[in-house]
Amino acid sequence: MSGAWRILHKDLVLELRTREALSGLVVLMLLILLTFTFALAPEGAAAAAPAVQWVTFVFAGLMAVQRAFLVERENGAWYGLLLCPIDRGAIFVAKMASNVIVLGAAQVVLLALLALFLGVPVPVAPLALVLVNLLGLIGFSALATLFAAISVRLRAREMMLPLLVLPLLVPLVICAVEASRITMAGGTLASAGAWVRVLATFDVIFSVAGWMVFEQLVQE
Amino acid sequence: MADAVSGPTGGLVVHAEGLGKAFGRAVVLRDLTVSVTAGEVVALFGPNGAGKSTLLRLLATLMNPTAGFLRLFGDAGSSLEVRRRIGLVAHQSFLYPDLTARENLLFYAGMYGLEDAETRADAWLERVALADARARPVRLFSRGMEQRLALARALLHDPELILLDEPWSGLDAASADWLDGLLLELRSRRRTVVVATHDFQRGLGVATRALIIHRGRLAWETPIASDALVTVDAMYRQITGAVAA
Amino acid sequence: MSVHRRLAPFADRVLPWAASGAMFAALWSVFLYVPNERTMGPVQRIFYFHVNCWWAAYLGFFVAAGASGLYLWRGRSEHDWLARAAVEVGMLFCTIGLVTGPIWARPIWGTWWTWDPRLTMAVILWTIFSVYLVLRSSVRDDPEITRYAAVLAVVGVLDIPLIMISVRLWRGIHPSVISAPASKGGLEDPRMVVALLVTMVAFALLFAWLLWLRYEGLRLRDALHRVEDQMGEVAR
Repeated sequence: MSGAWRILHKDLVLELRTREALSGLVVLMLLILLTFTFALAPEGAAAAAPAVQWVTFVFAGLMAVQRAFLVERENGAWYGLLLCPIDRGAIFVAKMASNVIVLGAAQVVLLALLALFLGVPVPVAPLALVLVNLLGLIGFSALATLFAAISVRLRAREMMLPLLVLPLLVPLVICAVEASRITMAGGTLASAGAWVRVLATFDVIFSVAGWMVFEQLVQE
Repeated sequence: MADAVSGPTGGLVVHAEGLGKAFGRAVVLRDLTVSVTAGEVVALFGPNGAGKSTLLRLLATLMNPTAGFLRLFGDAGSSLEVRRRIGLVAHQSFLYPDLTARENLLFYAGMYGLEDAETRADAWLERVALADARARPVRLFSRGMEQRLALARALLHDPELILLDEPWSGLDAASADWLDGLLLELRSRRRTVVVATHDFQRGLGVATRALIIHRGRLAWETPIASDALVTVDAMYRQITGAVAA
Repeated sequence: MSVHRRLAPFADRVLPWAASGAMFAALWSVFLYVPNERTMGPVQRIFYFHVNCWWAAYLGFFVAAGASGLYLWRGRSEHDWLARAAVEVGMLFCTIGLVTGPIWARPIWGTWWTWDPRLTMAVILWTIFSVYLVLRSSVRDDPEITRYAAVLAVVGVLDIPLIMISVRLWRGIHPSVISAPASKGGLEDPRMVVALLVTMVAFALLFAWLLWLRYEGLRLRDALHRVEDQMGEVAR
């Protein structure tokens, strides 16, 4: 897995140097959040805060995940990676990790914005909420990274990625919203148990599936 | 052609039989049978679209054949091991534009698991005359500089099989001469080289064997003799009906 | 493929007649043989078609996922043809199921749509595989697209249990017809069981026949292309 670490390190260096991905993503999340607030009225949006959070996260996230692969397009660097004597699954792991980091940072900002604009109170036991957000983040990243590898090679890529990912994401959306609803209100992890278990299963299944299938996916 | 497949030490580096590659319905290579032994320098000639680049990519394991089979290094171990012994210089440089020259080389050195990464990277930067530009992002490089760095990238891990797609294009005369020298040095160290080119003079200057690819097939091959330039040129015209480069 | 060669004579000659005959038998059993259901009336007859559409759709999608997995592993065109044919046939039945469901629901529950787990699951499956079809219709004969579609099919079916669990946790009012006691709308008359079995057999044969037809279509198209390409080569 040192290959994965090297690729991730390279991507993080590039991101810090160009700072393209994160800033655009945060602004996009803010704009989607504002749209919800205007559409639902602040009280309505506050009442639907978990839903608003995850819908915002998903749609903004779909815009952002393709970047992990687009960076490899210039000068055909992608083929440089394929030439390397590494297990191709390591590329998936690196790209997924890169997305987790970038989307995770954005998610933190989003939660802060939710607290600010919608007055969502910070729960007494925040760990449960943090865990729920982490699980949702990982599951989304696994699925979206896998299909971003596909969509970047298609002509209608902006359209295709949501088409590919959204239906498959339903379990994650349902469970993340319900678990968020419970933990935002101060519930414990146990009270959100069923949802959390499904989320964790989702994460494991699609992380492993993405890693395993990546080799076959990219070989021409 | 009846050679048995040999082990990792010398012998057949490339063994292709009935090799074919189709992209959907478009057949780009068909029925290609060729063997390359260690230490050979093979020059690939052919008009645009003949399939030279595709053949190089197949040899680099970037693609799977759709017909026939291909064995590299006598099928030594896993495909990871095979990839470790191959270097490819293609039209695109495979370099990250926002990383510096040195960072690019260090990245690839790491990916190939080289222990003395920094020493090698610095040494190669010297060899390709880019030591002064080591801290400059590749985005700011000229085409010639990028090409030279791409060569460094491909040769960094001392591969046994070196594949080059039109390496002289984009190089000025001095750099091109330097590349000739590099290829001859690889040849003297018994490295195997396959170079696709339109430049007859330079190609034949370094090669031990010439192949002409036409419409996806191997149309003609010959070992290189002293009057090679005249022979190959005439043969090329005859096969392709075109004026040679 | 030797399996193909062994199946071909049966599939080409017997299957069309068997499937057609069974469908006629099914029509007879549903419209003439079976009595009206006590609480729901004649509308309930849709059930025999509706429920069979569902398992036919599921069968299609699972076959597609298996064939897609084989294709990713081995790269043989036959598996891709089977996968694609299975998705198309599965989608056909899925669509019919999604249409017959509301037709049945409206008089019974007074609403065209309910968010009960099974219906919800059906819609999601429909969207997953309609994207599969979109993917495959966009470019012809591109081996890249074929691989991507195969990944989608495999991942889609992997997702099914997760969708089922999460949607069920989320909602649930679909009447359980077969296992529920008679007073709650189960199959109280033995003739209904017969009708159900007859329609199951009919749909199984129909599924097999449609799958075969589509598979053959893809196989022959590929063979035709190969001949055309060879002739093009010779001409040059």
